[in-house]
Amino acid sequence: MSGTASVPAVEVLSIEKTYPNGTQALLPVNLTVQEGEFVTLLGPSGCGKSTLLKMIAGLLEPSNGRLLLWRKPVEQIESSGHRLSFVFQEPTLMPWARVQANVRLPLDLAGVPAAESGPRVHDALAMVGLDKFAGHLPRELSGGMQMRVSIARGLVTQPTLLLMDEPFGALDEITRNKLDSDLLELWQKKKLTVIFVTHSLYEAVYLSTRVVVMAARPGRLIEELRIDEPCPRGPEFRVSTAFSRHAKRLQDSLLRSSGGVEGALA
Amino acid sequence: MNTMAETKPVPSDASPTPAPPPLLARAEVQRIFYPSLVAVLLIGLWQWWVTAFEIPRFLVPSPLLVAQTLVADAGLLFGALFTTLKITVFAFVCATVLGVLIAFAFVQSRIIETALFPYAVLLQVTPIVAIAPLIIIWVKSPTASLVICATLVALFPIIANTTLGLRSVDPGLMSYFKLNRASRLQLLWRLRIPSALPYFFGGLRISSGLALIGAVVAEFVAGTGGTGTGLAYQILQSGYQLNIPRMFAALLLITVTGVLLFAAMAWLSKWALGSWHESEANHG
Repeated sequence: MSGTASVPAVEVLSIEKTYPNGTQALLPVNLTVQEGEFVTLLGPSGCGKSTLLKMIAGLLEPSNGRLLLWRKPVEQIESSGHRLSFVFQEPTLMPWARVQANVRLPLDLAGVPAAESGPRVHDALAMVGLDKFAGHLPRELSGGMQMRVSIARGLVTQPTLLLMDEPFGALDEITRNKLDSDLLELWQKKKLTVIFVTHSLYEAVYLSTRVVVMAARPGRLIEELRIDEPCPRGPEFRVSTAFSRHAKRLQDSLLRSSGGVEGALA
Repeated sequence: MNTMAETKPVPSDASPTPAPPPLLARAEVQRIFYPSLVAVLLIGLWQWWVTAFEIPRFLVPSPLLVAQTLVADAGLLFGALFTTLKITVFAFVCATVLGVLIAFAFVQSRIIETALFPYAVLLQVTPIVAIAPLIIIWVKSPTASLVICATLVALFPIIANTTLGLRSVDPGLMSYFKLNRASRLQLLWRLRIPSALPYFFGGLRISSGLALIGAVVAEFVAGTGGTGTGLAYQILQSGYQLNIPRMFAALLLITVTGVLLFAAMAWLSKWALGSWHESEANHG
């Protein structure tokens, strides 16, 4: 697959979403994501960030516009030799299935034989540090651990594009910070392309190489800001002056776009 | 990522188990002990009342007499119980199979459900005593007619619960399956059926009791003209002969059978779901 390096991973070409009742969820958006980028969609609720992500995944049909993944329509992504995985806000695990069966699900659905899926499930669980919990049921795990299982399930298909819809939004801050840094490590190690949705500007600064700021009513794209900081980023990055500087830029951008409504940031 | 400490220990391998609490503090012992205590008190009270006020045995027999009758007429009564139980089990199995099939049909198409659901309700709200005579006239075999009556009584909870269960799929999981291009069959087998199980077992519990009620009611309607060997027939006969102790003994058998059926379904449900579903998991 040499020669595809210059092909952008995701091209969003004037995609918009209008619901049948006339609500404009998203005004036309253009966005290009290069391979290996970590792009965060940041904005208040109702800005259409999840809608945009779901359209990229093919979970929602855009009302207008075109979407290309490695220059192919979403449904033909396999033919480009790439795979996408989607991680939801909730762990969305099957409560009746043990951790390993939950992680194996996408392989089972694709008809991968057990002999091949076994080691892959083990590797994916090891990547999120849960290989000791393969035999547990989801309800026996904490919220953070369930989210890790969900991420392992996302990784087991060896995706090149990872779409994450506020995956750590329901977790406490300490757990969230931990999972954030784990995610960054994975992104680097696996050379993933990640599109990440969040409403936390601190999470956006910490994770991203680029932040796309969005505004609500109607949902629209405001501006894109680069976070030019080297990786790996340790916990000290969170309390550095560079971090504050980036956070300030994002906050200003959000405030401008929402007409100074502080509450929109919370 | 491999070196991280877990955010929360897993309950199953948490701190060493504390010393077991005293016997009566355990929930499972309490669940048996307290109802039994009530039973003993009530039976004691009943025995005292019957002896103290010299109530004639053809009005209210004493519990002791009921027990004696149960032993003396064991052959007759347990034979009758076996007949009733056979009809109950047949009807329960028929209701389960039919109910599940109908629920599957309902879930496959909204049109089928919209068209047929009112008739399922109709079946439920029509008193079985009103249609039992017809069924008994139409169906030649007495046993078959009784099974049909009891099936009709037991059917609805299975249909309603299983349909609800098959529809109660977590929307997030549904999206995930769709995202992975799961086929209709995979959706049904890997998602809808497991999601429906807790509801299905709830339906089983209700239906097990209803199948017994249906069998007994149908026997009553069939009366002496029917098979003439079930427990309901024994109750009718005992009534005609003013053999009230035997009537009580037969009644006792029906009640105990109902409770045992319910308990069996509860156990089955726990066995199937115990490990994962909140409604069956032991809290605390």
